[in-house]
Amino acid sequence: MIRFDGVTKEFPGGTVAVDDLSLTAPTGKITVLVGPSGCGKTTSLRMVNRMIEPTRGSIALDGQDTGRMKQAELRRGIGYVIQHAGLFPHRTVLDNIGTVPRLLGWDKKKIRDRSRELLETVGLDPALGDRYPTQLSGGQQQRVGVARALAADPPVMLMDEPFSAVDPIVREQLQDEFLRLQDELGKTIVFVTHDIDEAIKLGDQVAVLRVGGTLAQIAEPAYLLAHPADDFVADFVGRDRGYRALQFQPAPRLPLRSERSIVIGERPETTGSGWLLVVDDERHPLGWVEPARIGPRAVEDADLHRGGTIAAAGGSLRSALDAALSSPSRRGVIVDESGELVGTVLAHEVLNAIEETDRPERDEVDPVHGGAVSVADDGS
Amino acid sequence: MDWLSSHWRTVLDLAVSHLYLAGLPLVLGLVISLPFAWAAKRWRGSYAAVVTSTGLLYTIPSLALFVIMPLVLGTKILDPVNVLVAMTIYTVALLTRTVADGLLSVPDHVEQAATAMGYGALRRLFGVELPLAVPVIAAGLRVAAVSNVSIVSIASVIGVSQLGNLLVDGYRRIIWGELWTGIIACLLLALALDALILVVSRLLTPWQRTAGGRA
Repeated sequence: MIRFDGVTKEFPGGTVAVDDLSLTAPTGKITVLVGPSGCGKTTSLRMVNRMIEPTRGSIALDGQDTGRMKQAELRRGIGYVIQHAGLFPHRTVLDNIGTVPRLLGWDKKKIRDRSRELLETVGLDPALGDRYPTQLSGGQQQRVGVARALAADPPVMLMDEPFSAVDPIVREQLQDEFLRLQDELGKTIVFVTHDIDEAIKLGDQVAVLRVGGTLAQIAEPAYLLAHPADDFVADFVGRDRGYRALQFQPAPRLPLRSERSIVIGERPETTGSGWLLVVDDERHPLGWVEPARIGPRAVEDADLHRGGTIAAAGGSLRSALDAALSSPSRRGVIVDESGELVGTVLAHEVLNAIEETDRPERDEVDPVHGGAVSVADDGS
Repeated sequence: MDWLSSHWRTVLDLAVSHLYLAGLPLVLGLVISLPFAWAAKRWRGSYAAVVTSTGLLYTIPSLALFVIMPLVLGTKILDPVNVLVAMTIYTVALLTRTVADGLLSVPDHVEQAATAMGYGALRRLFGVELPLAVPVIAAGLRVAAVSNVSIVSIASVIGVSQLGNLLVDGYRRIIWGELWTGIIACLLLALALDALILVVSRLLTPWQRTAGGRA
């Protein structure tokens, strides 16, 4: 657990980057610091491993004041990932990953084995191990950056906009894999981003900072979307917050209707109007066709309308609603865990379900910290 | 050619001392310029002062520097140490700026990452900054090498032997073969040192050959 206690950073010249910041990043959770540029999020992050020293206040790591720890030792115990990965251009990928173990004096074989293992953990081809960073794509470099931060298995990770320099598709992949990794590893992570969507996707809790370095609100994502503490937070979390909040609400048992479907390559029985769902041999939905349009012949791949999204039966209200809204037939396709068609749902049925669900309850006493992840106060 | 065939032993001896007098200061100068360059980078405000003041040393006429050395060092007039020290001063003059620029050329995010991973200042200098500065430093070193080979020849005037002797003696007695031998030998020596530095820097920077070429 990382605890900021009244932390202030004033730079020479009087600029206050961080102003009396108090928050707790619970063990094993992702705490995202988000805000516009100039809100002190990166400064806050760098004060954790003392790249920047606080002017006032203290930061404690599992109850130990970091100000009293030796800088180099503190840092070797904290993984650090930055925007452009910051890999050493003169070292191979494997040597980059082994940086901290080398500083810690592990023996060579152990470093080599650990580095190879991590290469696979972050989903890279072992053949890349002997390449130099300039020979990798941006996304691959970023993966190496994550592997390097994980090398000595530090309990704490600091991540400073690690995914913002790669293109949107790669970014989403990296985010998904990062969440999968975190599921396995359970690190205590402080993650900085300027992208509220990324914050909401990745954070177990999200701290919104405002320019001048004050904490506007810290809360779990669903709470943040439901109860912004003030206009600034409301503005910052954006317009579609009502809709986006649905992603944190698991869909209840929706009244599914059975859907007539045909297997691709078969001839539709009717040529009537309306849409017909096409599936493959294993009943995985492929898309929709209009039998009236294609006439009395077998359905081909090229006939498929693929505009509709597909929602999992146990998924969120958001994905169920989106499936209905995006479907050309207005019937949202619902599948089970193995991806097999179970039925369809209409938008108004999802809306009914939404009306019946509860929103996160608002904490009237403490609007700023009210929705934060609760931490057992063990005196540390 | 006739002259060379009858004097090649002498020329070889002179070439060896020329290499020694020009080459050793190259190494010493590099080592000495390092703390200056490091300071110029560490305290950015001092960069201009450090680089300019060391650079000014290069404007001292070499003959004057050779002559002053015994007075400053308390050495004998003919001691080759005088030349070694003077040449080292020139090397420092040329290299301080280059090494400082080399250290400054290391990308900020790479240094940040090194610091965040727990590198101490010294370990970071030798483990990250210097290796990355090699291409820039090598470029400066090549200039200094050629410059040293050329300046050292003047030491013949104060009686320290090297290839310059051929020039002084050849000129005094108008022996064209000797003059040409001196000029060409200096040239070859400079080229050889230059090539050596190039090869060593290539060996130290295997990652450079892959830069840009994505797999």
